Amino acid sequence: MSDHNYTPSSKVGKWFNDRLPLLTLANHLTDYPTPKNLNYWWTFGGILTFCLITQIVTGLTLAMHYIAHADMAFESVEHIMRDVNYGWLIRYIHANGASMFFLAVYIHIFRSLFYGSYKSPREIIWIIGIIIYLLMMAAAFMGYVLPWGQMSFWGATVITNLFSAIPLVGEGIVTWLWGGYSVDNPTLTRFFTLHYLIPFLILGLVVLHIWALHVPGNNNPVGIDIKKPSKDTVPFHPYIVIKDGFALLMFMIVFAFFVFYTPNILGHADNYIEADPLVTPAHIVPEWYLLPFYAILRSVPDKLLGVIAMLSAILILAVLPWLDTSKIRSAVFRPLYKQFYWILVADVLILGYVGAMPAEGLYLLIARVATAYYFLHFLVILPILGFKEKTLPMPLSITEPILGGSPNLAVAKNKESLDK
Amino acid sequence: MAEKKTKRRDFLFTATYAVGAVGVGAVVWPMIDQMNPDASVKALASTEVDVSTVNPGNTITVLWRGKPVFIRRRTQEEIVEAKSVKMDELKHPEKDEDRAKNPEWLVMLGVCTHLGCVPLDQKGDYNGWFCPCHGSHYDISGRIRKGPAPTNMEVPKYEFVNANTIKIG
Repeated sequence: MSDHNYTPSSKVGKWFNDRLPLLTLANHLTDYPTPKNLNYWWTFGGILTFCLITQIVTGLTLAMHYIAHADMAFESVEHIMRDVNYGWLIRYIHANGASMFFLAVYIHIFRSLFYGSYKSPREIIWIIGIIIYLLMMAAAFMGYVLPWGQMSFWGATVITNLFSAIPLVGEGIVTWLWGGYSVDNPTLTRFFTLHYLIPFLILGLVVLHIWALHVPGNNNPVGIDIKKPSKDTVPFHPYIVIKDGFALLMFMIVFAFFVFYTPNILGHADNYIEADPLVTPAHIVPEWYLLPFYAILRSVPDKLLGVIAMLSAILILAVLPWLDTSKIRSAVFRPLYKQFYWILVADVLILGYVGAMPAEGLYLLIARVATAYYFLHFLVILPILGFKEKTLPMPLSITEPILGGSPNLAVAKNKESLDK
Repeated sequence: MAEKKTKRRDFLFTATYAVGAVGVGAVVWPMIDQMNPDASVKALASTEVDVSTVNPGNTITVLWRGKPVFIRRRTQEEIVEAKSVKMDELKHPEKDEDRAKNPEWLVMLGVCTHLGCVPLDQKGDYNGWFCPCHGSHYDISGRIRKGPAPTNMEVPKYEFVNANTIKIG
């Protein structure tokens, strides 16, 4: 970012840029040298930016019609759905947008896990990303409470009660969070306030995330350090802009499918029943994107330990750059890690599945095994693998195996999968 | 001389930090405390319930401070069952006598001590309550017998105003 000597061509541009170098920033962003072998898994950063903007714009417009009051919230949402012009569209985009946001963020995170993007020198980018992910979960949870349906109410009750597991001060904290002796109007109004605030915090962190990214530059599928700019890079505009744009279009097709054809499939029918503090729905489940962590919570028979396990499952990601002892970034050159990677993917999917099932019998057993494996992967397998694994030889540059012929047959063989 | 000067400076710094910290605390505390239950919430402290229409073997649920309260009129067999449980079988040992002053009436918060769901009446492995959220089983005295909940369902402060009226809170 520093090696920039840009002078605007116009006199006015130069005058302005001398006072506020916005044009230098714009020039940096368009010329930003990007590895030329980035595949489509790298397009999800742009897609996530789109998701954030979509949520902010639809959220702002919904807030013009929504009423944050326990007696009126449920009706105001129905009012949005039935009376407000295009209210149904805006609300369905917002509700499904949350799911799309998480879909994209999970792909984004698992891409980092596969290609080792969290490793030196990109640890700060990764940690900021984890904070964004935590804030996303908080925002999504509070947003789900706002319609004040049965799932809203009981989801809020269960999640806030997690804090009661803290010894001594737990109950006091829960009462403080609620602003009363149960989830009620004070809880709703503060959740609305925070739900409104968090997206802007995320926006700020996204700027830091991208700033931190632009210091070392993008990782790439081969995972080697590259010279910038060089034969290994292309300027961000137009190459990456067009590629990201195309991927975004594909993503929007999926998005639009949910919004227009099955807008309620990712939600829960119980949330169309107004909140009733006397009746808990027979089967409480969080939204799909929180299910793996919910499964971890339920797999531990002790209340406090269950909460600790669930939080650790998320926070362990923040120290991942130091748990993974391998110097090689990309799984392409780590034959063993590649296998464990896919086992982890399967493990998380299994956790998600059992999280949606009742916590008993075989499901509980599977959840316990999968939870144990999740921690085993990060705390035992990754640290040991870095020392034991025999990695494949790395190419010297991105261009070398393609134009220069590679000294490394595995790379030549993997060329196809890299190009994808 | 130089040393004495530094000491005076140090004192000023420390005093400034201390006053600053108190000032910040004084401003932050109202911001935090405003989230605690307000006067109007606290004012709804007690509620009176007419229980004359409750038959033995039935439970009614009333709302107290936004939370459900179970009032069960227990049958003779249920009382015998509740009293016959040995203390060492219990995760959270409490005698039935201590939970139900009048053994016929069990009054307790209908809130699972795990994560706050409302347990279902007459369900579960112990003839009492069963929480559908995460599978906690309670007995006919509302004591936790199986599942993730750490403690028995809470008995609130209550009293019989007369034979037919219970005042909770």
